[in-house]
Amino acid sequence: MADILGAEVDEEGFLVDLKDWTKEIAVEMAKGDDIDLSVEHWDVINFLRDYFEEYQIAPAVRVLTKAIGKQFGKEKGNSKYLYSLFPYGPGKQGCRFAGLPKPTGCI
Amino acid sequence: MATKKFMYLNRKAPYGTVYALESLEVVLIAAAFEQDVSLAFIDDGVYQIVEGQNPEGIGMKNFSKTYHALGDYDIKQLFVSAESLEERGLSIDDLMPLVWEDEDEDWAEKPSIQVVSNAELTKLMSDQDVCLSF
Repeated sequence: MADILGAEVDEEGFLVDLKDWTKEIAVEMAKGDDIDLSVEHWDVINFLRDYFEEYQIAPAVRVLTKAIGKQFGKEKGNSKYLYSLFPYGPGKQGCRFAGLPKPTGCI
Repeated sequence: MATKKFMYLNRKAPYGTVYALESLEVVLIAAAFEQDVSLAFIDDGVYQIVEGQNPEGIGMKNFSKTYHALGDYDIKQLFVSAESLEERGLSIDDLMPLVWEDEDEDWAEKPSIQVVSNAELTKLMSDQDVCLSF
């Protein structure tokens, strides 16, 4: 089984145990995808983690987009912006960096 | 794609069987298809949205918080059977204060739960294109 900084991940790179997550793991996962995490990335990652803590699910992309727009301003509440940060999909890639499971309904 | 009216009927207690959790997952997945979705809570199903659930003692995950996310998924109509509540000695005050946010009114929170009689529920069900029972 593969691991990142000692934390076990599944075949798609998602953490097996959510409790293993650290910021260093997120940075390491991003490096693997050739991404340097910026403040804007962390806004989304932290948002995803807070959302999961509150609702026990990872939000669908549509829900994420709307919520980011509400919290960080309309110019950021669109998929173009979110895909510019997370080219493999804000749901899938963002949730992976945030240590969450794959969003419900994400294929 | 034409919009259809979908109603999900929830009739079973939240823990002990997998119906409640499965229903919720299907609802969240189906919400992505932007249909007209409503939920109904009937019989022991009313316990699914009771406030203050704690299934720790039976080793189950408390998924009741997830019902608060329904508004984010544009699911704004949660019908609860008045008779089912009354038979169990419950009232709307025992239920979670589930809301949706109206984007057009500066994100004002509006209640999602409507307590209706079984006769009204029957009428609502007959207005649907699809009813799925869990």
